[in-house]
Amino acid sequence: MSNRLDALCSWLAATPVSHTITSVAWIIPTVQTMHILAVAAVITAALVVNLRFLGVGARELAMGSVTRRYLPWLWWSLPVLFVTGLTLIVGEPARVLKSPVFLLKMGLLIAAASVTLVCQIPLQREADFWSLKKWRRRAVWFLATASLSLWTAIIFAGRWIAYVQGD
Amino acid sequence: MLQMFLQFLHDSAIATAIREGESLFPWIECIHVLALTLVIGSIAIVDLRLIGLTSRDRSVTQTTALALPVTWTAFVVAALTGGLLFSSNATVYAHNSFFQLKVALIALAGLNMVAYHLVLGRGAAGWHTPAQTPWRARLAGGLSLGLWIAIAVCGRWIGFTISTPT
Repeated sequence: MSNRLDALCSWLAATPVSHTITSVAWIIPTVQTMHILAVAAVITAALVVNLRFLGVGARELAMGSVTRRYLPWLWWSLPVLFVTGLTLIVGEPARVLKSPVFLLKMGLLIAAASVTLVCQIPLQREADFWSLKKWRRRAVWFLATASLSLWTAIIFAGRWIAYVQGD
Repeated sequence: MLQMFLQFLHDSAIATAIREGESLFPWIECIHVLALTLVIGSIAIVDLRLIGLTSRDRSVTQTTALALPVTWTAFVVAALTGGLLFSSNATVYAHNSFFQLKVALIALAGLNMVAYHLVLGRGAAGWHTPAQTPWRARLAGGLSLGLWIAIAVCGRWIGFTISTPT
């Protein structure tokens, strides 16, 4: 496993694309900035939607209306994050792929996206689905808390990749 | 005078702890990144509404009521954590061009906000649906969006022009 990962990293690092990404000084900072701006869209959309679920903000709007308004920003940012993230991986494969925090970040991403979907899907049929019954109000409170924690943890993990390097 | 102040910051107990600690700097950076993404994201909600690209079915004041509490809370957190990161290496950051530019751009964004409240946004309470906002609102929104993106660019470049992990 470790050997294969080593081989993949060396192969990627030897490609002309990787060489270009690392040798042109502005590429990595620019791509990282684009990545952060897309993260801004994701975390802001997640915050607004989850604050509505928690009953803190935007109470004049139905939950379904808030998710319809803001979650497309979250979902459409993911392809941007994928492309910019992949560029950073191709540029410095060992820095990212060998960092245990990167794996953690990907796991958290799957969890956060799943929780967000679980919240969103019922609202597409019924805009106040989560407020109709007591168990649903409770459930959405837990889902919203989990979602905010997970998206925050993803940002933290992203920053920690720079510090926790594999051998 | 400035040099003395920077040295004083640099030598303070908290700055020393951040500089010499193993993980204090990255943790403060994490909170800084979280806060700044929320500042930019929530300001973008307002800017895009002012420009007339999103939330056209809601009034400008409804949109600002939703977004600005997030902006202000996050801005305070970003400024505090930014100050802590700065203090850990005050003299070096103070001489970094991207840091200087970033501070100047934040000041400009602040001026733009003041101009919006005093002049450009006059009559905002009446900007309901459907949404052709006046040119001065579109100007303030466009300037703000551009400035905050430039601030993010400068912020990232500070890390590449100073020898810390990127």
